[in-house]
Amino acid sequence: MEFQPFVRTRMLDAKPAPVTSVGPAGWIRRNLFDGPLNAAMTLVMAFVIFLLLSHLLPWVFLSVWHAESLAECREIIDQRYGTGHSGACWAVIHERFFQLVYGFYPPELYWRPNLTFILMLGALAPILFTQLPRKMMVFSALFPFLGAWLLWGGSVWQPVLVLAGFGIGFAAWTALAKVNGILAIAAGLILPVLWWVFAMEPVVNGLHAVIPLGLEPVDSTQFGGFMVSVVIGVTAITLSLPLGIMLALGRQTDLFIVRTVSIGFIEFIRGVPLITLLFVASTLLNYFMPPGTNFDLIVRVIIMATLFSAAYIAEVIRGGLAALPKGQYEAADSLGLDYWQAQRLIIMPQALKIAIPGIVSTFIGLFKDTTLVSIIGILDPIGLSNAIRADSAWQGIYWELFAFIGFVFFIFCFSMSRYSMYLERKLNTGHR
Amino acid sequence: MTDTAVNTAPAMTVSDEVAISIQGMNKWYGQFHVLRDIDLTVYRGERIVICGPSGSGKSTMIRCINALEEHQEGKITVDGTVLSSDLKNIDKIRSEVGMCFQHFNLFPHLTILENCTLAPIWVRKIPKKEAIETAMHFLEKVKIPDQANKYPGQLSGGQQQRVAIARSLCMRPKIMLFDEPTSALDPEMIKEVLDTMIQLAEEGMTMLCVTHEMGFAQAVANRVIFMDQGQIVEQNEPKAFFNNPQSERTKLFLSQILGH
Repeated sequence: MEFQPFVRTRMLDAKPAPVTSVGPAGWIRRNLFDGPLNAAMTLVMAFVIFLLLSHLLPWVFLSVWHAESLAECREIIDQRYGTGHSGACWAVIHERFFQLVYGFYPPELYWRPNLTFILMLGALAPILFTQLPRKMMVFSALFPFLGAWLLWGGSVWQPVLVLAGFGIGFAAWTALAKVNGILAIAAGLILPVLWWVFAMEPVVNGLHAVIPLGLEPVDSTQFGGFMVSVVIGVTAITLSLPLGIMLALGRQTDLFIVRTVSIGFIEFIRGVPLITLLFVASTLLNYFMPPGTNFDLIVRVIIMATLFSAAYIAEVIRGGLAALPKGQYEAADSLGLDYWQAQRLIIMPQALKIAIPGIVSTFIGLFKDTTLVSIIGILDPIGLSNAIRADSAWQGIYWELFAFIGFVFFIFCFSMSRYSMYLERKLNTGHR
Repeated sequence: MTDTAVNTAPAMTVSDEVAISIQGMNKWYGQFHVLRDIDLTVYRGERIVICGPSGSGKSTMIRCINALEEHQEGKITVDGTVLSSDLKNIDKIRSEVGMCFQHFNLFPHLTILENCTLAPIWVRKIPKKEAIETAMHFLEKVKIPDQANKYPGQLSGGQQQRVAIARSLCMRPKIMLFDEPTSALDPEMIKEVLDTMIQLAEEGMTMLCVTHEMGFAQAVANRVIFMDQGQIVEQNEPKAFFNNPQSERTKLFLSQILGH
């Protein structure tokens, strides 16, 4: 074997890469025309996409925004685009927009849900973005009471005294904590419930008689549209996360009764369709309540949706807990952290991070499932679309309403999905 | 393995004060009897190396001392506190006993500094500023103060184990337990961890160390314990243990680990 001795005398300058391997041309070549099979599939798919868009785009854009009825819509389309053209009648969205957003909420009070929505964004901000000052959390904690009062109206004493119930529970707990731990927890749980169910109503009425401050009450039957979806969805989402965490921990604990109850609850809820639970909420739940209490239908639905999604969240978080190495528990234990400190500082931050995709999927599912409440007569967007069709002017209009509702839901759900990806990236400190 | 290490053992003092006493401890996993009649008294300032084949119960024994494993029979007293099933009692003992693990078990979602300050702040209720000062002091001692704001995943194995040692020291423990601290490390990194442990021993820390680093045992230990089948088979001072083992099992074990 022979070779030529070689010494390089002049170093080579860098040359640009061939056009076929970088830039748009390179990308197209690698991703679309990488061999005869891929090229054929690309061409077929391009044709299919072209067919879809050539029908969809004219329908969406060569459409009518202003009309009084579906019949008028069709007339305008025939005039403007010829008789053969099939265009969307967005006029129904234009005419019924406020109804789709607020349901039958009194129009002169629209500022209340609007204000609530803006305040809700303010309350969510410090929870979603940890770089904001932690003191904003105080507002987040108070917002549920403020928001409920703004939406439903009534005496200002109602939310104040509901809050007082938490004060009563806390006071009872601290007073008895030195006497007996279990007694303190029991008193801290039972006393507020007794207060809310039995004592609060007369006190509210009494205080309202003395100082009549309040907003005009709005009944739950007047709620509707996307407002009701957001109220049920956001409330159930925020409540189901802590409940799901407790259930996941309950399922793992050594305490036999707590574990049995947690497993029983999770398996029962997961074994029953949400529709069944909603029917229970709308019809059966009142039988179990003390006579005379009239439990608001939307609140009942929120409770059911919360319980439903909490069971799923619990299982998702259990997956996160199972993925944590046992050493993390041992390290926390060996440093002398007690159970709750270890959970809060070491275990949950990691388990929740692992479980983020699953948790957000459950949340998105829950938010979309709020449309099921139309079946028990709450006028959410789907329920309203039926109501709108019942009007003779809009009889037979399906696609436009469903497309619009789907579009709005997509915006909400896609935002949640993007947020979860942002969060995963931010929390990715593992470098594994 | 050379014999010269034996003579370099620094003059470290052992007091008469009892740090840990284990009396008649038995432990079962289900029907499997893992620890059998363990009796052991550790005096303050002792450096004890525990060795033995895998499955001999050496890790389980030291994990019983800070109740990471529960024992079914016998009495364990740590620093005057009798270990019971009472959680407050267990947490008190754990905060006095530091532990380092084979796989470091640093908290990956916290920075090095946060790893070190977490327990002092939440368990000892030390003000944050003071906890940071203490943490930096011990990070300097293990020679990685410049990594304080990195995450564990950005450090090498040896550095992670040194952080784990610093994290334990931040709690100002009276006793340190080491559970095979160098077994998961690359050969190059074993030395830096052992150096840290030797330094700790020279400062008079009471140490129980499960390890197969016989050089370390000869250099710093004042007592070597050999375990097999859940029992203490032999214990002696390192020189006698290595040069003149008594039991046949010990001889076999030593010939196998020192034979190459």
